[in-house]
Amino acid sequence: MVFLQQLVNGISLGSVYSLIAIGYTMVYGIVKLINFAHGDILMIGAFCGYYAFLWAQGSASPVLAVAFAFLLAMAISALVGVIIEKTCYKPLRNAPRINALITAIGVSIVLENGARVIPFMGPNPRQVSIPEAFKGVFALGGLTISKVQVLTLATSLVLMVVLTAFVQLTRTGKAMRAVSHDMDAAQLMGISVNRIVSITFAIGAALGGAAGVLYAMNFPMINPYMGIMPGLKAFIAAVFGGIGSIPGAMIGGLVMGVAETLTKGFISSKLADAVAFGILIVILLVRPSGLLGKSAREKV
Amino acid sequence: MSIPILQAKEISVVFGGLRAVSDFNLTLMEGELVGLIGPNGAGKTTVFNLLTGVTPLSSGEIAIRSSKDGKAHSTKGMKAHQIARLGLGRTFQNIRLFKSLTVLDNLRISMDHLRRTTIADAILRTRRFSAEEEAFTARSVELLKIFELDDKKDLLARNLPYGEQRKLEIARALATDPKLLLLDEPAAGMNPQETKDLMRLIAFVRERFQLTILLIEHDMSLVMNLCERIAVLDYGQEIAMGTPAEISRNPAVIKAYLGEEEI
Amino acid sequence: MKKKGVDFLLLLGSGLLVYCLIASLAWVGVIDEYYMQLLSVAGVYIIVALSLNLITGFTGQLALGHAGFMSIGAYTAAIFVMRASLPLLPSVLLGGLVSAVFGFAIGFPTLRLRGDYLAITTLGFGEIIRVVLNNLEGLTGGSAGLQGIPSFSDTGNYTLDAIIKFSWIFAFFVATVATISNLIRSSPGRVIVSVREDEIASTSMGNDVTRYKMIAFTVSAFFAGIGGGLFSALIGYLNPSDFNFLYSVNFVVIAVLGGLGSLTGTVLGGLVFTFAQEWLRVLGDFRLVVFGLLLILLMIFWQSGIMGNKELSITGLVRRIFRKGGRAQ
Repeated sequence: MVFLQQLVNGISLGSVYSLIAIGYTMVYGIVKLINFAHGDILMIGAFCGYYAFLWAQGSASPVLAVAFAFLLAMAISALVGVIIEKTCYKPLRNAPRINALITAIGVSIVLENGARVIPFMGPNPRQVSIPEAFKGVFALGGLTISKVQVLTLATSLVLMVVLTAFVQLTRTGKAMRAVSHDMDAAQLMGISVNRIVSITFAIGAALGGAAGVLYAMNFPMINPYMGIMPGLKAFIAAVFGGIGSIPGAMIGGLVMGVAETLTKGFISSKLADAVAFGILIVILLVRPSGLLGKSAREKV
Repeated sequence: MSIPILQAKEISVVFGGLRAVSDFNLTLMEGELVGLIGPNGAGKTTVFNLLTGVTPLSSGEIAIRSSKDGKAHSTKGMKAHQIARLGLGRTFQNIRLFKSLTVLDNLRISMDHLRRTTIADAILRTRRFSAEEEAFTARSVELLKIFELDDKKDLLARNLPYGEQRKLEIARALATDPKLLLLDEPAAGMNPQETKDLMRLIAFVRERFQLTILLIEHDMSLVMNLCERIAVLDYGQEIAMGTPAEISRNPAVIKAYLGEEEI
Repeated sequence: MKKKGVDFLLLLGSGLLVYCLIASLAWVGVIDEYYMQLLSVAGVYIIVALSLNLITGFTGQLALGHAGFMSIGAYTAAIFVMRASLPLLPSVLLGGLVSAVFGFAIGFPTLRLRGDYLAITTLGFGEIIRVVLNNLEGLTGGSAGLQGIPSFSDTGNYTLDAIIKFSWIFAFFVATVATISNLIRSSPGRVIVSVREDEIASTSMGNDVTRYKMIAFTVSAFFAGIGGGLFSALIGYLNPSDFNFLYSVNFVVIAVLGGLGSLTGTVLGGLVFTFAQEWLRVLGDFRLVVFGLLLILLMIFWQSGIMGNKELSITGLVRRIFRKGGRAQ
């Protein structure tokens, strides 16, 4: 029973990781960049959620408040994501990879420390006020599932279904897959690569922002550095699933979430982060291309 | 002397369901110059990668006679560098020099497997170390002279003109002290005069270092003139093997190159 | 042969000159203790960044976990000094050795990974080392940190202490530069660089690429550990949380700032980085924001760093001056 309970908690947490991991995997698939700043998008989303709940307190219906929080977080995150891409990453698209990587780390440093000095964010942790209607738990036999967990699972599921439909069924989605397969060839076929890259960053960041709201509802203390660890773990999830593969990121996120809660529950909470990295290393050694990734063969 | 230096028996490789090379056989006798031809995408470079161990075999077996002990060794389980040390040098179709290193260093890197001093010697700059460095340098310059590159030894490889880069690749392969040399389209992108010069050069080093050479080439007249035997590959399979005269008459080869006649 | 001897004397001479200049300026008080400490810290950073440049700049393998190796060296040295009462010199060397052993053990399975995958794996190992150090409370003091590590010198005379500390660091700095530069300019060193240039071509020339990557990685871990050992004696206090991912990034930044594949570049990069970080302190809370922005701007507009992959050559400089003089006559 304890095991099942931890499993439920793990899946709920994992679905948040999945949402973040999708952003990593989509961006990596297209521009081959580990976007270290993606974790900080989660933080921005969380702060958006914080203010949305604050404004909506008492006045509107709780469902509207939550919807407003998601819309605000996703819109602002998408905007920030696109601005970062246009200003920082685009000039480096043909530069050595290490320069792009350090730039991403630089962006991350700026976002975290920028958040510390912006008056309405600030260095101190803030308590998120979740609408009353979303507090409390459902009891199912011996299991307890909080309303926030249900919301988390439902939201992640909806977002992932919408994303999959978008990527598989729309023209833009097709163009995204083409660019990820071969940027140069896609360009020759008349696809506007710049536009597709921007859309990818926007979608990835929007999902990261939504994940931020969910993360803040699950762990209601937020601060400027809150995105680092979930960001790294989601990145591991993306690698686990096979970087570049969206379904892979979804599965990877769930596995990471479950592994983390089980470690915390049965081994040691202090070692949970080390276990996450241990998983990463084992996967890379056993199957470097990840669960659903394609192994790339170098042409000689 | 007709001792085989390389024997490939029914080698195959499968890439994601596609048989890129299928049951390919090849025997090279010592001192031979053999051409490997075939239409684009026939699998010629893949054969090279199989022979050199860059791409692992799916099935089949390769044996190479070592230049060190004169015995035939199966390359099964060997890594590419171990196969190279049996006395197998190669060049690449899409020139793979160490571009930001000097011409001299490109050659000296091929000699490291002959090194007898240790890393401690290098760090402490012992006399043994200096002597060996000088020997490597002298041997490299000697090789560069053959290719008329000795006065460019301090240039970066990337600053050489295209034709000289191709020559440097051959020189670099020779610096490993091979008995068997695999040349992947050495004349690609050269004009007829350069090609002619290059072929004379290849004939010269073959004589000088007593090499066995396997050569991929697109220029048919060149292959016909230079090679003693020719293997023809199409869709990963050997469709013909013989002297240039036999090959030029072979209906299967003509079909592969010109396509089936429309009726 | 003769030329080499002259080169060696020139390098030795210029090293001694720099050292004597700094030490005497410190003695007469032109450089105060604060700046001496800063120079010493820069020296440690440079040693670790040089070790990183060996694996990332010369071998072409991106490593993002060097803070991990540094922390292994730091804790090993501190523990030997404090618990086994070993003198500092062997403790620091032991720190390097233990770190090298870890480097070997970690490099063995991971070095067949390429590019970003290797980067993220080394990042992972760096984090694991940090978490483990945090949990080995009996040995490392855990998250409370390890305090009271004996310093290089404790004479009571601050100026003298600062000079002695600096002397230690400078000596190790010179040894590091000499070792890595001699390694790079040798046959095995050239193979190491050829791995960066084209791994498949190098293998096809008979070089055991994996072995050379291992050598570079182990030597790199050794010097990162030495840097850590010196750091522990210089600062006197260790805390696992200081050796986090961002700390590893600092060394990558130094190496890239100076120019990947340039040793003299790394030295300049380390000095610029350490002093810039210190001077940015006047910005208070905005320090890291500006630092991050500078980082982004540098990466975009100055991609090859201060030196590119070229070296600043003292002997070449001296020779050029002499040649000019000769022509004038």
